[in-house]
Amino acid sequence: MWTPEASIPGDSGATKSPSPMWGGVRGGGMRPQRGPLTSATALRPFAGSLAVLAALAVASLFVGVGTLNPGALVSDPDAVALMFASRLPRTLAAILAGSGLAIGGLVMQTLARNRFVEPTTAGTAQGAALGILIVTILAPGASILVKTVVASIAALGATSVFLSLAHRLPPTQPFLVPLFGLIYGGVVGAAVTYIAWQADLLQLVEVWIHNGEFSGILRGRYELLWIALAFVALALWVADRLTIVSLGRETSIGLGIDYARMLQLGLVIVSVISALTVVVVGIIPFVGLVVPALVSRIVGDNLRQTIPLVAISGATLVLGCDIIGRLLRFPYEVPVGTVLGVVGALAFLAVLHLRPRHG
Amino acid sequence: MIEIEDVSFARQGTPVLQDISLSIPAGGVTALVGPNGAGKSTLLSLMARLLPLETGRISIAGKSVAHTRSDALARTVAILRQDTLVSSRLRVGELVGFGRFPHSRGRLTDEDRHLIDDALREFDLTGMADRFVETLSGGQRQRAMVAMAYCQGCDCMLLDEPLNNLDMFYARELMRILRDLADRQGKTIVIVLHDINHAATYADRIVALRDGRLVSFDRTDQVLVPERLEQIFGYRMEIATVDGQPVVLHHR
Ligand SMILES: Nc1ncnc2c1ncn2[C@@H]1O[C@H](COP(=O)(O)OP(=O)(O)O)[C@@H](O)[C@H]1O
Ligand SMILES: [Mg+2]
Repeated sequence: MWTPEASIPGDSGATKSPSPMWGGVRGGGMRPQRGPLTSATALRPFAGSLAVLAALAVASLFVGVGTLNPGALVSDPDAVALMFASRLPRTLAAILAGSGLAIGGLVMQTLARNRFVEPTTAGTAQGAALGILIVTILAPGASILVKTVVASIAALGATSVFLSLAHRLPPTQPFLVPLFGLIYGGVVGAAVTYIAWQADLLQLVEVWIHNGEFSGILRGRYELLWIALAFVALALWVADRLTIVSLGRETSIGLGIDYARMLQLGLVIVSVISALTVVVVGIIPFVGLVVPALVSRIVGDNLRQTIPLVAISGATLVLGCDIIGRLLRFPYEVPVGTVLGVVGALAFLAVLHLRPRHG
Repeated sequence: MIEIEDVSFARQGTPVLQDISLSIPAGGVTALVGPNGAGKSTLLSLMARLLPLETGRISIAGKSVAHTRSDALARTVAILRQDTLVSSRLRVGELVGFGRFPHSRGRLTDEDRHLIDDALREFDLTGMADRFVETLSGGQRQRAMVAMAYCQGCDCMLLDEPLNNLDMFYARELMRILRDLADRQGKTIVIVLHDINHAATYADRIVALRDGRLVSFDRTDQVLVPERLEQIFGYRMEIATVDGQPVVLHHR
């Protein structure tokens, strides 16, 4: 706490002290200090959210059209097959995609130095979709890996254009950046729709552009998402550098960081993660926006602490919404993106009303 | 310690610095003064490689600013810019801790933690260590920024108007800390000051710029004469002597 008497200029005997050290002068009255970088404070929400995610994951394994109860797993080979062919892949896909989407949003916000952008609205995901579409037209038989690589490159191109234009917008008007992002993403998305329409591939494109979902996820169709997890780990690896990058170019250079290289690395992280999720499950909006915003409100922006939390919360949100989507109109499914639209909006309202800690 | 040779710099075609050459010896406090727009921030930015050098050479502690790896320079020279905006939600302790990055690369050792605590104590921030920077007052934030630069542990510190937003008490305390760092640890400190009396009291040397040109570089007492001050600031000001110390009556 800031003691009132300490702010009175020239108070007490302090000014006559031979020592110019502030601490020596008035440190005595200070509250005992907590280590500023202790991880204990960061661990509590981390453990809590991990427990919630684990509970949801278990629930997800047993929710679906085919009845499956834990007991059957030991006796019934069909149940085991269902578990490993469908339920487990779907659960893992939701977790991997959710954490990837949230981290993609967080990193993109760090690069743009703006909290209101995310890959699915600012052109990254649309760029990825454009990449897949081009491969599908030019080389219909291409493997999913080739599609992913091309999608990543297209996403990288689209995001680079966005960022270089966004950095030129006046920093005094932070809402221009997301606004520009929305328009830009809309234009790229429209290009995708137009090309798909010309090529008679509209149905195929529909799922990437509008509503990603997990109902088609089976074993053999989601494993690429593990690469997204690798990029989440990469983001954690460079977390301190990313946090410094969020302090701006000058501070970064002053601390000896290669600012341009970090921007490029961040771009690659955002683009590859987005491309992977678009290829495997389609565009899932809101996660990259809502989750980093919530976590930032509660624990701040020190990425070494927030990246694990953001990843777990993203996974929890997406998995939770997928489960809700499976239950709402049972035995039919509501796409996860639709559920997220509602839940995301509610979460955002919560962000607005939540009092930040240490106000 | 700091060698500046024939440095010129233009911004959007307009010359902002012209043929600056000076050699600042190691150790001591050097005040950089001059009217608004004189080019002080630009010169400091060039010294700290925040702007690319166009013409001329700058070296700090024998390291050429243009040709030394940025991460190595970060252990030699720390810069506090004039208008640093912390838009991230970082706690004061975390922000100051990032000053250790050039040494720790993000893995804080016990020694690093000790130095961070030290910097917090030195700048009277210990009680605020867990608060978000965005919740501080302008002056408190400014102290956090100075503490971060201090925490970098460099022999050379470049400070662009660090007294901004500080009340009289903390402005004086900061100057005393800097004086102390120069005297006891032999730090080389270059500081942009607007109040010439702070320079008069705490600086060993004064570098004066006007319209991008070097107009004075001398011992403090040599610069504090009415003619030279008029040359720098463009108007006549009286100089009184109190306790044998020159006091510039610049506000009259
Ligand atoms: N980013 C910029 N773009 C263009 N001109 C600039 C920029 N920053 C400063 N200038 C100009 O360069 C000159 C020197 O500025 P500066 O070094 O900031 O002066 P000082 O710090 O002495 O007040 C001024 O004329 C200013 O208008
Ligand atoms: Mg300036």
